[in-house]
Amino acid sequence: MNRADLAAMAQREQDRQDAFRCRVLCCASTPCLSSGGTAVREAIEKAIKDGDLDADVQVVSTGCMGPCSRGPVVTLKMRGAEDVVYEQVTPEAATRIIQEHVAKNEPVKEFVFPNDAPFFAKQHKVVLANSGQIDPESLEDYVARGGYTALAHVLREMKPDEVCESITRSGLRGRGGAGYPTGIKWDLVRKSQSDKKYVVANGDEGDPGAYMDRSLMESDPHRILEGMAIAGYAVGAEQGFIYVRGEYPVAAKRLERAIRAAERRGLLGSRMVDSQFNFRIDIRIGAGAFVCGEETALMASIMGKRGQPVPRPPYPSQSGLWGKPTLINNVETFGSIAPIILNKAEWFAAIGTDKSKGTKIFALAGDVNTTGLIEVPMGITLREIVYDIGGGIPDDRAFKAVQTGGPSGGCIPAQYLDTPVDYESLRALGSIVGSGGLIIMDERSCMVDVAKFFLDFCADESCGKCAPCRVGTVQIYKLLDKITRGAATLADLETLRELCVMVQETSLCGLGQNAPNPVVSTLRYFYDEYEAHIRKHKCAAGVCALNEKPMSPAVVAPPRPKRKVARLDELEAV
Amino acid sequence: MAVVTLTINDELVSAQEGQTLLSVLREHGIQLPTLCHLDGLSERGGCRLCLVEIAGNNKLQPACVTPAVEGLVVRTHSDRLVKYRKMILELLFSERNHVCAVCVMNGNCELQWEAAKVGMDHVRYDYLNPSLPVDASHERFTLDHNRCILCTRCVRVCDEIEGAHVWDLMGRGANSMMIADLNRPWGESQSCTSCGKCVQVCPTGALAQRGSSVAEMEKQHDFLRWILDGREKNVWEYTDAKSN
Amino acid sequence: MGVLTDPKPRVKPRNAAGGQAHPSGDPRFKLIDRTLKRFSYQQDALIEVLHTAQEAFGFLEDDLLVYVAHQLKLPLSWVYGVATFYHFFSLAPQGEHSCIICMGTACYVKRAAEIVSALQAEFGVEAGNTTADGKLSLNTARCLGSCGLAPVLVMDGDVVARQTPEEALARVRELLLGAARTPEAMSELTPLSATEA
Repeated sequence: MNRADLAAMAQREQDRQDAFRCRVLCCASTPCLSSGGTAVREAIEKAIKDGDLDADVQVVSTGCMGPCSRGPVVTLKMRGAEDVVYEQVTPEAATRIIQEHVAKNEPVKEFVFPNDAPFFAKQHKVVLANSGQIDPESLEDYVARGGYTALAHVLREMKPDEVCESITRSGLRGRGGAGYPTGIKWDLVRKSQSDKKYVVANGDEGDPGAYMDRSLMESDPHRILEGMAIAGYAVGAEQGFIYVRGEYPVAAKRLERAIRAAERRGLLGSRMVDSQFNFRIDIRIGAGAFVCGEETALMASIMGKRGQPVPRPPYPSQSGLWGKPTLINNVETFGSIAPIILNKAEWFAAIGTDKSKGTKIFALAGDVNTTGLIEVPMGITLREIVYDIGGGIPDDRAFKAVQTGGPSGGCIPAQYLDTPVDYESLRALGSIVGSGGLIIMDERSCMVDVAKFFLDFCADESCGKCAPCRVGTVQIYKLLDKITRGAATLADLETLRELCVMVQETSLCGLGQNAPNPVVSTLRYFYDEYEAHIRKHKCAAGVCALNEKPMSPAVVAPPRPKRKVARLDELEAV
Repeated sequence: MAVVTLTINDELVSAQEGQTLLSVLREHGIQLPTLCHLDGLSERGGCRLCLVEIAGNNKLQPACVTPAVEGLVVRTHSDRLVKYRKMILELLFSERNHVCAVCVMNGNCELQWEAAKVGMDHVRYDYLNPSLPVDASHERFTLDHNRCILCTRCVRVCDEIEGAHVWDLMGRGANSMMIADLNRPWGESQSCTSCGKCVQVCPTGALAQRGSSVAEMEKQHDFLRWILDGREKNVWEYTDAKSN
Repeated sequence: MGVLTDPKPRVKPRNAAGGQAHPSGDPRFKLIDRTLKRFSYQQDALIEVLHTAQEAFGFLEDDLLVYVAHQLKLPLSWVYGVATFYHFFSLAPQGEHSCIICMGTACYVKRAAEIVSALQAEFGVEAGNTTADGKLSLNTARCLGSCGLAPVLVMDGDVVARQTPEEALARVRELLLGAARTPEAMSELTPLSATEA
């Protein structure tokens, strides 16, 4: 397939879609399906059949549309009219939508989620532009929306170094957590001399509370493939891997299908898009280990080993998979590539803040009215996200904190709600953008308990290779547990603080280095809560049992019964 | 090989390019505690005791895997590093049941030595007191999981030197444990050659000669150099121990 | 880890091509063989092969691990180490029905822990285990990526959203009784409301 064929394919598909008067998009992502999406789709199909509208209406199962807590969501695209989004659609409502809106052009007002609601108005969709708009299992649908033209352009018009340079100019930074400049990473791999190189897409989204990668892989798989192929061309790799988290079988299946469809059409594989370039993509399924989100552990896992990280340097860009230079980016990063190529780097760089360019997808969850997936320009404030997009806290309870960045991140209290969301600002507050999970907590959450939750997670997910993380996380957890049981003293708080800093500074990989962050950030902003637990035996949120008493200071003073460790002089005497 | 110059604790030092920082430090008589490192085995970088400060790098780096490069400015014993080493050792002692008084390696144990050297005389953290088995099924050796610090020297020596790969780790995190074959009693292992290399490289009393009593076990590592020199250079150098 | 050598010859000999079928003749081994072939018996494919094996057999018996190790010419301890490192692989048989409670942050904030303790108390089994009668496996998960629906449960593969401990208990009881699980019956049980706290 060459560029003309690609354009013809897009035109054909567009014509086919234009032949319908109306396109009904049914969200078929997990949240909507589990709130009854299947029955809704059946009802729609039945109503179409009953109304004899087959030739008029096209029904499409799409990926995620965003407002997950308001599912099942259905979008109606009538020719010549603005899109209408319906929320919490029941099978009865679905029937009415077809009978009233499609047939008579009278929207079913009570189910409409207004387009001008801040949930949509404050978003800026770049990576998610196709999510919820196309059938993720249809290559044609993706191509009709301009898919693979960026790849075709790159292969035809740009040299590898120009691609890297363009990505650098766009200011795109790694969306997986650390925020390393993507273009610079690409250039490092490009410059590495080797007979073989690899491109890896990290879809091992392990942060509890984050599901943007899953949604992107499920809703728009071709976008990731296209981004990877462009990266492959830019760095000189002919083999790519997508590492998909084991918990996401649907994502793996859709990617697999997408790869096959693209290969069949000559958009991937040998001499793709009529060029001299070959690029193959294979899928690897994770098997349930959070640490595999760390790049060296992920590579170990791709090579069939225990997912344990290895010390860096050497960095993967010098020595990665099978010792060859390897480019690893998050799937969301790859999702940003095609739009940057198509719209030029300057366009992307104009979005966002000075140092954090472009848009970022966040998963909004917890105690907030509208939960779901949002894509916003970098630099938007937390307040806008929580109160405008998320619609505030249910029952007008008080906002307490937002937890960003998952187990590696921290909690940000109410006084910083006006902080712009970008890599530097969040880091200054002791948290991180991370993969983009935003968990909103109201006054019913106890911050000590939340910290304990994350440490339990990290202790369980620690790979066990380095001592500070393996034992340190368990000891931090035990100290937090002691506080929530009411058995701690103020001295324990000092031990806790010291231990956290040590684990941060001495652990081998990012998991251990960041594991204490939730404790450090809550100690920083919610110290009084820790103190109340210890001094007053009080948990304001009413979460902790606090049913134990600390040992009296007299008992506490000499440390627990010593296990004798011989002194050096004693040893020498032996 | 090119010679590079680095600054270690404010003194200029020269080294071979590509040498690890740890070996440079040792050549110059600077002692760093190590537990997972052993000359002749691949590096792991897991015990984190040999961490050093490198100017311009905000992360501490393990000397065992950091190559010596021109112009490196290294600090090995800052207050922070000394404190962290002590804390890491405390964590290791708290993890399993290291009761020196009844250990076959008492007095010869590398974990105990390192603790003594940094002046660690008590543990501030709660002992985790896991309930772990002792495997005495092998006719010549015993494995006491209570003393294991998961340094994987045994795994590496068995894989890299003996070539049998009897040992590996199972599970993860604090639940990691050494296993022989499919987590079988050592004595039933089909792949074990009973060469005893793992026992000799084990820094603690986790792997020991059967029948040794408290403080009786001593270990020898120099066979590693002997084998590797023979294998790589066809040279067998006699040390005092070997010439007897 | 360094380069691997074959296990010592005391391990029973096998076909040099690595293509010998399992002596039991169990057709499920064919599925494993297919994956092995797809990856040309490369040792890197260990995790993929274990995935297939677990799908085919439900859990990874020792016999199965030995088979995989022999086919890929990997040491037994290596295979066992990998199989136990990843949470996805189970070395013990699972119950007839499974109930997974998501303990991701969003679910935790929405008090999933209370659901876990209610289910544990009711069915007398700790999370991560199977009841003595082999009927129910109770497990927790590290975020299922359905945070918008917290707290989330997965019952025999179906995602169930926004549960209270009482609803979850009723669901599991129903599951064990083998009651009809039509989507309508399910939506009747859980009134879905977006503003639910």
